[in-house]
Amino acid sequence: MNDMAAIILISVGVLFNIFGCIGLIRLPDVYNRLQAATKCVTLGCCSILLGVMVHFGISGAGFRALVAIPILFFTATVAAHALVRGAYHFGAKLDKRSVKDDYREEVK
Amino acid sequence: MRYLAIFILSLIFWLLVTFKFTLPNIAAGAVASAITAAIFGRYYFHGVGKFLQPRRWLWFIVYLVSFIWACIKANFDVAYRVLHPAMPIRPGIVKVKTTLKSDFARTLLANSITMTPGTITVDIIGDMIYIHWIYIRSEDPALYTRMVTGRFEEYIKKFAE
Repeated sequence: MNDMAAIILISVGVLFNIFGCIGLIRLPDVYNRLQAATKCVTLGCCSILLGVMVHFGISGAGFRALVAIPILFFTATVAAHALVRGAYHFGAKLDKRSVKDDYREEVK
Repeated sequence: MRYLAIFILSLIFWLLVTFKFTLPNIAAGAVASAITAAIFGRYYFHGVGKFLQPRRWLWFIVYLVSFIWACIKANFDVAYRVLHPAMPIRPGIVKVKTTLKSDFARTLLANSITMTPGTITVDIIGDMIYIHWIYIRSEDPALYTRMVTGRFEEYIKKFAE
């Protein structure tokens, strides 16, 4: 039963990681690609870690997997913010399908 | 007081990561936590008394549940956009006004926005948060402010301010 749940959680995690990777290739510009990279990959990894926790139960490895989840959340979001801001200041253009850019007047 | 809070949090963190409740391990953790508290104590947790109010913890749990739900929704949203043959995106950067005052609350709000469907925080200047949105649903600032910050702002205000 436990192994079944662990396998399901890990499979879902891998599936979402694949979606993130497809998004990284298909979406047009840096900003949209980072959206796919942060969201899908973060929850994918969280799901894998939960699967690890279910597999090991209440033990050292299980708790370490649980503690890794909030750390992953904070670092992934902060890294995404830093990359987006850095890309904008470097001068990466928004895709031509973009409809709005409020940030431009703030930077110039 | 502030130093004590960060010391206790670091120690709990250390014990969870190592998961070994022997005396030498706890002593090593205490030393490491003391060093951490000495270096970072002055940056964090203005007003430690907030930790002791149960009402705030209750709101924190409400926030956590709604955050996890938004996170799962975000994943299906991005997966749908990525896998759809026509790629229904309408990206752009919008600015949203926040009413939160403390740095900690603002950081939390920015992180929440990054994890919710289709939005990613670019920058905070003054009271304005700049957000890259993968599919802009509306042109009206009042309406999209409501859509982006959602209920998070209220919840964070209740437990972190």
